Amino acid sequence: MDHWKDIFALADIPPLGARVVHCGGVDIAIFRAADDEVFALEDRCPHRGGPLSQGIVHGRRVACPMHNWNVELKSGCAVAPDEGCAREFGVRVEDGRVMLDLSTIGRAAA
Amino acid sequence: MDMSTPLERAHRMKLVMVGNGMAGVRTLEELLKLAPGLYDITVFGAEPHPNYNRILLSPVLAGEQTVDDIILNPTGWYADHAIRLHLGKKVVKIDRAARCVEAEDGTRAEYDRLLLATGSRPFVLPVPGADLAGVISFRDIADVDAMIRASSRYRHAVVVGGGLLGLEAANGLMKRGMDVTVVHLGPWLMERQLDEPAARLLQKSLEEKGMKFLLRKQTAGMIGGERGRVTAVRFKDGDTVPADLVVMAVGIRPSTELAESAGLHCNRGVVVNDTMQTFDPRIYAVGECAAHRGVAYGLVAPLFEQAKVCANHLAEHGIGRYPGSVTSTKLKVTGIDLFSAGDFTGGEGTESILYSDPIGGVYKKLVLKDDKLVGGVMIGDTADGAWYFALLRDGKNVSGLRDHLMFGQDHCGNLGHQGINRAATMSDDMEVCGCNGVCKGDIVRAIREKGLFTLEDVRRHTKASSSCGSCTGLVEQILAATAGGDYSAAPKTKSVCGCTDRTHEEVRAAIRQNRLLTIPQVMAFMEWRTPNGCASCRPALNYYLVSTWPGEAEDDPQSRFINERAHANIQKDGSYSVIPRMWGGQTTPAELRRIADVAEKYAVPTVKVTGGQRIDLLGVKKEDLPRIWADLDMPSGHAYGKALRTVKTCVGSEWCRFGTQDSTQMGIDLEKAFFKMWAPHKVKLAVSGCPRNCAEVAIKDVGIIGVDSGWEIYVGGNGGIKTEIAQFLVKVKTADDVLEYSGAFLQLYREEARYLERTVHYLDRVGLDYVKKTILDDAEARRALYGRLMFALSVERDPWVERAREGKLRHEFETFHA
Ligand code: SRM
Ligand SMILES: Cc1cc2nc3c(=O)[nH]c(=O)nc-3n(C[C@H](O)[C@H](O)[C@H](O)COP(=O)(O)OP(=O)(O)OC[C@H]3O[C@@H](n4cnc5c(N)ncnc54)[C@H](O)[C@@H]3O)c2cc1C
Ligand code: SF4
Ligand code: FES
Repeated sequence: MDHWKDIFALADIPPLGARVVHCGGVDIAIFRAADDEVFALEDRCPHRGGPLSQGIVHGRRVACPMHNWNVELKSGCAVAPDEGCAREFGVRVEDGRVMLDLSTIGRAAA
Repeated sequence: MDMSTPLERAHRMKLVMVGNGMAGVRTLEELLKLAPGLYDITVFGAEPHPNYNRILLSPVLAGEQTVDDIILNPTGWYADHAIRLHLGKKVVKIDRAARCVEAEDGTRAEYDRLLLATGSRPFVLPVPGADLAGVISFRDIADVDAMIRASSRYRHAVVVGGGLLGLEAANGLMKRGMDVTVVHLGPWLMERQLDEPAARLLQKSLEEKGMKFLLRKQTAGMIGGERGRVTAVRFKDGDTVPADLVVMAVGIRPSTELAESAGLHCNRGVVVNDTMQTFDPRIYAVGECAAHRGVAYGLVAPLFEQAKVCANHLAEHGIGRYPGSVTSTKLKVTGIDLFSAGDFTGGEGTESILYSDPIGGVYKKLVLKDDKLVGGVMIGDTADGAWYFALLRDGKNVSGLRDHLMFGQDHCGNLGHQGINRAATMSDDMEVCGCNGVCKGDIVRAIREKGLFTLEDVRRHTKASSSCGSCTGLVEQILAATAGGDYSAAPKTKSVCGCTDRTHEEVRAAIRQNRLLTIPQVMAFMEWRTPNGCASCRPALNYYLVSTWPGEAEDDPQSRFINERAHANIQKDGSYSVIPRMWGGQTTPAELRRIADVAEKYAVPTVKVTGGQRIDLLGVKKEDLPRIWADLDMPSGHAYGKALRTVKTCVGSEWCRFGTQDSTQMGIDLEKAFFKMWAPHKVKLAVSGCPRNCAEVAIKDVGIIGVDSGWEIYVGGNGGIKTEIAQFLVKVKTADDVLEYSGAFLQLYREEARYLERTVHYLDRVGLDYVKKTILDDAEARRALYGRLMFALSVERDPWVERAREGKLRHEFETFHA
């Protein structure tokens, strides 16, 4: 079964920006890096749950808008010395469309 | 962790470091941060230990810490970074032609670049008997071991040299139970750091602890006993004093023999330029062995600055420069507070402020020149040392503080909790940082366990003082007390952030002179180290661009903090607040009705009157924002922005029986004139109708007081973290003058302040006189400034209208469901 779901166009996210998708009961933040690589994390900062989607994206990281923790887009983990990780989900770009891996969400929700 | 294969390593450039001490290893740490994997690194250290904190030898000698406590980089650290470590191997030869070094035991290593960090050697007086057993110096772990051994067997110790090091040695030996005499050639102790009254007080408190002193005594030689061990010290005047242990602490000499033998130019140190390069471009030198512009420093703070610059060049970034340092001194003898910095003797053209309380054991002297602090000595009460040092180092104009300067920071309008709790008197469970809930014990532990040196490190690891910053002074005190020395001294000029070594001023100048219009252009032009900056520099660059080139440089929403991107304030639960503008704090029934309707329609959980005379709707969902703004049909209050916030007013002459001027109208006019103004930080104004000052203008960035004959303008007030009273700028006649003078001041601030610097801090830096000269004395300059502000504002639009009515950046407010 195809578990990749087409959610929106890559162009719907500004470069160095993010958008939120509600899916399977979770808020998922989809980030777009400068080179158009996309990343998907649960929209909850490992610190105190701040919405990472609202932060400033730089390099391969996002700075949380609440208390400025830096979180790795790839792993969802806070940059040392801070500790903790946000859940990460499978995501990729295909023909200019952003595709989310629903199987990773099911796993997370379970 | 170095994960590379041996083959990869073989292709790297080879870096060899000689001298495994504080400055050298710090350089490697900085280098590994900037360019991990650029070099294959080999380190030679003459001592058998990995890098340790030499400063803390004094507390080790005094029995307050152990050798294990002071190790900075255990051998595992070298292994983790694939550094080849040769301990206990002294390098005796550099072959510059073959690019290779050789140690005493024949171990060789080739280099592409060589780093000399050989530190210095204690100077030993060339007197008869200096080579007897029991005559040592105080420099390394071996010396401390020897002193500790001697203290368990012998009774009489003599320390030759009443400087910083000598006194710390004497104190340690005394703590170990020895009977200690300090011999000093000079007329008073520590004459290079203290004036006579301060030195006398110091001597008195040390005498109270049991230390003995012989001043103005010239050592002529050591007398040896039957077993070849020292038994007494003899002076030129014929006196002798018994001694089973003699510690020579009369000074240090840079270790340059190795460099000299290789033909490198040395002159009281290995001579280096501003990039820490010696006369051989492949060879760098840092630390106590290096002579920079004729100075070899003997304290770690400047050495760490050198390390940073050297690492930058080794990493081939090639942009840092070391301009030299200002240093300060503290004595690490528990129970004695001493601080000294800069030119404390004073001389022609200087003035001194003195405070002396011999009974209470307190003496302070501050030396001023041209309204700046140039030096100071303090003994007995040094709580404000860090503050004075910062004033001195930054060359701040202190004319406005003069009357209070001597009494310290607490007396200079500081409502924060910076100086109220003194680090030393705090218990471990007392809270230091109220924003992040960090206690003293947490900070002390982090400094000890993680080997932290700088304020930045402490911020990163503990979060203390990383938010509002009001506890910075306290954290610095704890750092100094725990790490010893004056580690935390920050470089003189601050770079914008870790992505660059450029300062705010350099960046602004480049933007203006080279007509840079976008953030990527600035980053490319100024060689940013990161591909697209970080959450600190991007907002700053965005502001510098839009304020320098209004209408031309395009705003970059992705480089704005969320509040300014969404044009509403994010709350702790991720919802937002909406604060519409109420010009001058005045409203109408129609506006109030619309606010009430909106609050009901969108089920706004909290409606609150703010401290700024307007109404806050709290707990709004992000997707509702554009519709709320449309329904309200009121302009943006910019309560979220580094921008014009409120103009607070009182009722004034229209209603008040004391009012002399129409302050409400003046406030409305100001708010309308400066509406939409972005600034380095937030800007608040107020207008009162008479000196009773009901609008609290004294704590606003610009405050206006109406008086019978016109208006008084005050600038640089602040009611926030650090309460500051505004300073009088000028008195003017008409309402138009008020607009022009206030506008000119604000434009000057917009053009010159660093991002996130409020007017009070900007004024602190440049001085009120400068502002007066620019906008009072020069009418043309004032009008030009005002004109530039008016132009910048003419191209700004109301962000709420754009988003609510014109659909700008619609994606920001949409949510997807999948
Ligand atoms: C809403 C309000 C409190 C209230 O309910 O009264 C408020 C709320 C916040 N203040 Fe304030 N301040 C409010 C008046 C003040 C005042 C009083 C005033 O403006 O007359 C001050 C002291 C005056 C001053 O600024 O000098 C004040 C000094 C601060 C500071 C310290 C600034 C400083 O330079 O020391 C901060 C922190 C900062 O900006 O970095 C701050 C930061 C904040 C933030 C933005 C914190 C944040 O980042 O989330 C709060 C936003 C809450 C929100 O979403 O609405 N707030 N804040 C007031 C809004 C006034 C308005 O109508 O715009
Ligand atoms: C007891 C004491 C207390 C101090 N207190 C303070 C203080 O409170 N505040 C402060 O700021 N500073 C203080 N200092 C000074 C501070 O420790 C030094 O400035 C700093 O350690 C110098 O660093 P460095 O790397 O240049 O030299 P070092 O740390 O001395 O390192 C040089 C290393 O190179 C080795 N070496 C030399 N030649 C060779 C060679 N040919 N081959 C191989 N290895 C070699 C040496 O053995 C040594 O280990 C204190 C110093 C002492 C001794
Ligand atoms: S509104 Fe101001 S004082 Fe109150 S908690 Fe927030 S920042 Fe602190
Ligand atoms: S919630 Fe993200 S930094 Fe605090």
